[in-house]
Amino acid sequence: MAKKTYRQAINEALRQEMARDADVVIIGEDVAGGQGGSAGVLDAYGGVMGVTKGLVGMFGPERVIDTPISESAIIGMAVGAANTGLRPVAELMFVDFLGVCFDQLFNQAAKVRYMFGGKAKTPMVMRSMIGAGLCAAAQHSQTLHPIFTHVPGLKVVMPSGAYDAKGLLIEAIRDDDPVIFLEHKALYEQIEEVPDEPYMIPFGEANIILDGGDVTVVALSNMVHVALAAARSVAKDGVRAEVIDPRTTSPLDEDTILESVAKTGRLVIVDESPPRCSLAADIAALAVTKAFRDLKAPVEMITAPHTPVPFAPSLERLYIPGADAVTQAVRRVLQS
Amino acid sequence: MQLSRDDLKEAYRRMRTIRAFEERVKIAFESGQIPGFVHLYVGQEAAAVGVCLHLSDADAIGSTHRGHGHCIAKGCDIAGMMLEIFGRQGGLCGGKGGSMHIADLAKGMLGANAIVGGNPPLVIGAALTAKTKRTGAVAVSFLGDGASNQGTTFEAMNMAVVLKLPVVFVIENNGYGEGTGVSYAVGAHDIAARAAAFGMPAHKVDGTDLFAVHEAAGDAVRAAREGRGPSTLELHCPRFHGHFLGDPQAYRSAEELQTVRQHDPLSLFRIKVTESRLLDSHQLDAIDAEIEAMIDRAAAAAASAPFPSPSDLIKDVYVSY
Repeated sequence: MAKKTYRQAINEALRQEMARDADVVIIGEDVAGGQGGSAGVLDAYGGVMGVTKGLVGMFGPERVIDTPISESAIIGMAVGAANTGLRPVAELMFVDFLGVCFDQLFNQAAKVRYMFGGKAKTPMVMRSMIGAGLCAAAQHSQTLHPIFTHVPGLKVVMPSGAYDAKGLLIEAIRDDDPVIFLEHKALYEQIEEVPDEPYMIPFGEANIILDGGDVTVVALSNMVHVALAAARSVAKDGVRAEVIDPRTTSPLDEDTILESVAKTGRLVIVDESPPRCSLAADIAALAVTKAFRDLKAPVEMITAPHTPVPFAPSLERLYIPGADAVTQAVRRVLQS
Repeated sequence: MQLSRDDLKEAYRRMRTIRAFEERVKIAFESGQIPGFVHLYVGQEAAAVGVCLHLSDADAIGSTHRGHGHCIAKGCDIAGMMLEIFGRQGGLCGGKGGSMHIADLAKGMLGANAIVGGNPPLVIGAALTAKTKRTGAVAVSFLGDGASNQGTTFEAMNMAVVLKLPVVFVIENNGYGEGTGVSYAVGAHDIAARAAAFGMPAHKVDGTDLFAVHEAAGDAVRAAREGRGPSTLELHCPRFHGHFLGDPQAYRSAEELQTVRQHDPLSLFRIKVTESRLLDSHQLDAIDAEIEAMIDRAAAAAASAPFPSPSDLIKDVYVSY
């Protein structure tokens, strides 16, 4: 056991799975980097955020495959390879690039098994980077998990820390369905204790990060840290918030959320995506349809506004849900 | 590669099966037995068969919305296909795919694909598997002139060249993408030249001539198998029918509709093999009768088979359910 960053945890999961299973290949833009450059080096990038650094040296360019900037071909190639015997981990560098490859995911990857009557499987992972906070502006900062979560046939994973990132990624690689693995760009330097040996975290099992009986706060990915900051803040007033990280949005651990709401009667959901048809709206609907009589206050959704992500740091700070807004929401539901 | 008499019989058998299958599907559709919509492959039989004669079950193909011919050429079960198109239990996809989504991965048939340009990225994935696992298999992307204008096709062609993948792009130019002519929709007016610009061999071939297709496909498949990378074939093969069954084809002139059947790949084949005395017409007639009976049985079985059970609705979304 050692302290590792989220980036190192993901890299370690990839390395261990590639060493274990020769069918695991990495496909993406600059996952090594340097091909065709005048320096004649490989691993010039190791992924644009350095997540796949070192892997090409261990496994070679035939398993750490640098591609042209062709997202449809990257994702589709991973789907076809998965259907025929590989276990590809394709990288969509920024989740915003979904716009140039969506068909290959939602019409192909997600539907192959159902359309073909269960005769095909698609054991692929699409890793992608989500989230605001780095002033990357409107086309490099979105948090699009609701779009993937809406699509039957896809599984959606959003690790909030280094420990979960490793265990969930190993689970994703060994899973026989297409898995969307969303890494938050503001979390790559996050540090946790991460076991050296491989381990798996099952999908659909929420993590109760903080026990509490007064209010349930559900948050995902980077918003977990916002929720924890808010929980610490209200704790000074003696309020005990229960912070739940579902870890995967598809499948979603409804039971853990509903059990917590049954206990607290109060629900605040923190979601970095805009509010309409979001995961916040989805979990709110879950609570009012399945736990209406448990609720003692209206459900609060703390989300990004219904806008693209702005560039200016002052505006981006306003865009991202903050601990103050969550704290206020917790206080509101406690007053009802 | 020379075709033996047995090869010729097999080629004819597959082409005739496609023709008879499609003609029966037309009758069944027009009598209301087939739900949804269907796109017939009639007129293009030599394309699928000329290519697939070079492939085994270990080789993969990706197909299109006009996919029945590719399925049959690749060896899919006829009865299972008919059941699938009728939406019945026992269909190749359990009745959940239909005409536009027939697949049989055990036969290397990765699926008909109802998104124009949907399969080239998938097919290069199958080629990546073959290359990575060194299986010696090749992958063939069948697509139409319409799909030749899609970005997915361009991306897949470039990727295949960059990664030197064992793949053949077979572009069946039947003259129309839905109701819009190639002379309008292909800006460069030359699909093969556009493919060649990606850095691979690309040839135009008469797609109604089984022998021409077979020869050109042999070269392309061999190149892929030997690790020399991708190729493209542009096969000219007009469809006899409309884009979909029921298409009034207002975009085609009366003259074109009258003359399109002059290039019937089955008639051309029959003339060639009988004139050269490789096969005689009795042998071909016997194959016709045998196939007609098989299609009769398949259609009758499909029409009387049960529909999928309600529980199938929520099965096979994931591996777990």
